[in-house]
Amino acid sequence: MASYVVNTKEQREKMLAEAGIDEQSFYASIPQDVKLQRPLNLPKGKSELEVLRHMKHLASLNTVYDVVLRGAGSESHFIPAVVRQLSAREEFVTAYTPYQAELSQGILQSIFEYQSSICAITGMDACNASVYDGASAVAEAVNMTGDRKRTVALLPKSIHPETLETVKTYTQWLPITVKEVEIKDGKVDVESLKSLLTQETACLVLQQPNYFGILEDVEGLAKLAHEAGAKVIVSANPMTLGVLKTPREQGADIAVGEAQPLGLPMSFGGPYLGYMATTTDMVRRLPGRIVGQTKDLDGKRAFVLTLQAREQHIRREKASSSICSNQAHCALTAGMYLAAMGPQGLKDVATHCTSKAHYLFNQLSTLGFKLRYDSSFFHEFVTDGPLSSHKVEDVLSSHGILSGLPLDETGILWCVTETSTKNDLDRVVSILKEVLA
Amino acid sequence: MSKLIFELSSVGRRCSELPPLDVELIEFDEALTRQSTPSIPEVAEVDLVRHYMELSRQAFGVDNGFYPLGSCTMKYNPKINEETSSLAGFAQIHPLQPESTVNGALQSMDELSSALCEVTGMDAFTLQPSAGAHGEFTGLLLIHAYHQHRNDLKRTKVLVPDSAHGTNPASAAMAGYSVISVPSNDKGGVDVDALKSALSDEVAALMLTNPNTLGLFDPNILEISRLVHEAGGLVYYDGANLNAIMGIARPGDMGFDVVHLNLHKTFSTPHGGGGPGSGPVGVKSCLIPFLPKGTLHPTEKKLTVSSEFPIGRMRSFYGNFLTNIRALTYILSLGGEGLKEASENAVLNANYMMAKLSDLYPVAYVGPCMHEFVVSCQKLKDETGITAKDVSKALLDYGIHPPTMYFPNIVHEALMIEPTETESKETLDRAIDVLREIHALAYSNPQVLLDAPKTMPIKRVDDVLAARHPILKYTPEGAQ
Repeated sequence: MASYVVNTKEQREKMLAEAGIDEQSFYASIPQDVKLQRPLNLPKGKSELEVLRHMKHLASLNTVYDVVLRGAGSESHFIPAVVRQLSAREEFVTAYTPYQAELSQGILQSIFEYQSSICAITGMDACNASVYDGASAVAEAVNMTGDRKRTVALLPKSIHPETLETVKTYTQWLPITVKEVEIKDGKVDVESLKSLLTQETACLVLQQPNYFGILEDVEGLAKLAHEAGAKVIVSANPMTLGVLKTPREQGADIAVGEAQPLGLPMSFGGPYLGYMATTTDMVRRLPGRIVGQTKDLDGKRAFVLTLQAREQHIRREKASSSICSNQAHCALTAGMYLAAMGPQGLKDVATHCTSKAHYLFNQLSTLGFKLRYDSSFFHEFVTDGPLSSHKVEDVLSSHGILSGLPLDETGILWCVTETSTKNDLDRVVSILKEVLA
Repeated sequence: MSKLIFELSSVGRRCSELPPLDVELIEFDEALTRQSTPSIPEVAEVDLVRHYMELSRQAFGVDNGFYPLGSCTMKYNPKINEETSSLAGFAQIHPLQPESTVNGALQSMDELSSALCEVTGMDAFTLQPSAGAHGEFTGLLLIHAYHQHRNDLKRTKVLVPDSAHGTNPASAAMAGYSVISVPSNDKGGVDVDALKSALSDEVAALMLTNPNTLGLFDPNILEISRLVHEAGGLVYYDGANLNAIMGIARPGDMGFDVVHLNLHKTFSTPHGGGGPGSGPVGVKSCLIPFLPKGTLHPTEKKLTVSSEFPIGRMRSFYGNFLTNIRALTYILSLGGEGLKEASENAVLNANYMMAKLSDLYPVAYVGPCMHEFVVSCQKLKDETGITAKDVSKALLDYGIHPPTMYFPNIVHEALMIEPTETESKETLDRAIDVLREIHALAYSNPQVLLDAPKTMPIKRVDDVLAARHPILKYTPEGAQ
């Protein structure tokens, strides 16, 4: 069995003798009735070789697809080797939160650079050091906007259903009411929004592109919300921001989102990365860690955790959130990914995604698949077609291809990224053609 | 001081490039596209590598040295965990794949949940919460749902001891509760009389860390949980300190109804400079109907089957899955006996350090400790002007990560020391010698300590400047 205890039995006895302490006394305060009177009923410890064998067996029971055409909150993107290798440096991996600034400049600077890059792609002024994921980022953002008078959060049915659920979960006992905005043709229904906007509206949440992959008219909708005095939260896929207008340009007061596409593997859903960025005047409402630039005693540039008066260890029940541990290593990785791609690389990934998604749709349309919503899409789109969605899933799965996500009997939500080649997409079409023949 | 990566940037320089586009180019209308190129770095691969290598040299992890950061359980993070969690069969699977194609993921979640149930004495776990505070929030939502479901609507308060982590009251507030602070008694435990007078039919729960943040196991735990239950409340276990008692005692046997664990503490998953962690929540059977969506159903063993009255969901998908794979790897490696051995050695190492330091650094509450202990530097400060912070900064020059400072709040000039089981006698002896030397210097040459650290890339930082004039991102002018 593996053990990471270093001291030998002899050393332990020596320690007890040297310090003049008695091992039994350590546990004297635990009542007899509470002490476990038997060994834990767990398998005996195993050697590294055996553990690896077991874990490899479990991993082998999962299907790893060659081609992934499914998104809906988790995307298959190319991760440069340099990002994987460098982010695995043990000094990054095995460090705690950088409480001791002098010893942690590397971690602090990596987060500061991440914050800077997120601000650059979103157009916002300030960013925190991350929250758990994109869905909880939206929930935390909603919590930033409420006050005594404004207590209603408007969430359209075009945002990711798990995001909507998470926001409802987070706010269920808080003085915030979630109201759902109806959708029309896969996008926010402007009339529905207008009828819901009041002096009580705290915020409007928009997802860009939305759950169905469609580009919302964020600018127009944000204008309506602002006219009603509400804040606008835009949950933007960061992979689109090398090309599309920034959330700021579209009217966002808070930009948030799931940054898994920036260098993190799909990992069956986590660890992921919730990014949160906002304007200067709202920065003190941000939850969680924030790294700031300051000076040391000699006047040298230095980095430190800052604006901590917002946080739980100072404010306790009055804190902006209870978040303490975040996803710092994921943020470091995303910052590294953005630097590895650069502005041109980020734009190229976005362009590849869009172009390939449109190519796949065009090919599918030759088989009779139609767009469910006739709107501009980025790299995800919903089709209805001549085959049931589960039939499509099964057939493609047997060829090592993960199809788009079945939404209902015929609806499929496809996602195409730079990782699929024209050849892969042509294969999809020829496999489905054969089934239809 | 290192340059920022933005200061290494040169227009047109490239690192990673995609292959040529093999389909027709589709571009968006100008009305939809951004007006300026985002100012993210433009660097070559070697620039990137050398930059982050330099940053890594200015970071300090458990792999670099002793890290007795109290309450954080900075034990060694086994390398096998990194290998198993990077297997393609775990890292390259989509969370919304057909359930029949992820049997290994489901089985691994089931194996981890079952092991955590056994270690804690609980009936079921959700692996969805992503960190300790997220687990607290989850647990309190479960408690809220439980009372509501029983139509017991008067309960608006949660009791939290004054020694608790700040996350406890903050999580209680997020779950809609008002927080009542319960004072500690003169032994550092819960003041039972104060608890009695705080209890009423308006109390939803008591949140307790046991061993508590002073490193002490509360001997009155059974009475405490009984009193809360008699008043109709539930008892919440903050598992930050589980590393003291694995295989020795279980929260489920102490009367706790809901627990959260910190897999990035007790179960050896790395902390990544602030996360990702993982904060699974375990419950007694009365709370199973309320577990969040995205939890492996305790009996159906499926993710697609939800509990009866779920509180909702705490985030997307199923939690920090790869972190959970690391924790499972650790549990399989150690086994039941190994977990107990880990706890016993964590407690031994803490008691050894405490015994060898307490003449100079008085322990706040006298008596054997569990896996950590809290000393007060108040006397040192009174006599020499040297504070807990000065002692901490001096430790940096000796290559030792300082203990947790100024926590818990009820101890003045506190240093909270948690050596963990994965440190050798030699390491502990050196740390003891260093702390004794620092103590002597406080009397003989305090200026040396006030000037510390001297060997770090920077001197002490100006926290006040950072907060008064926040610079939160790089700007070409502002950063010079």
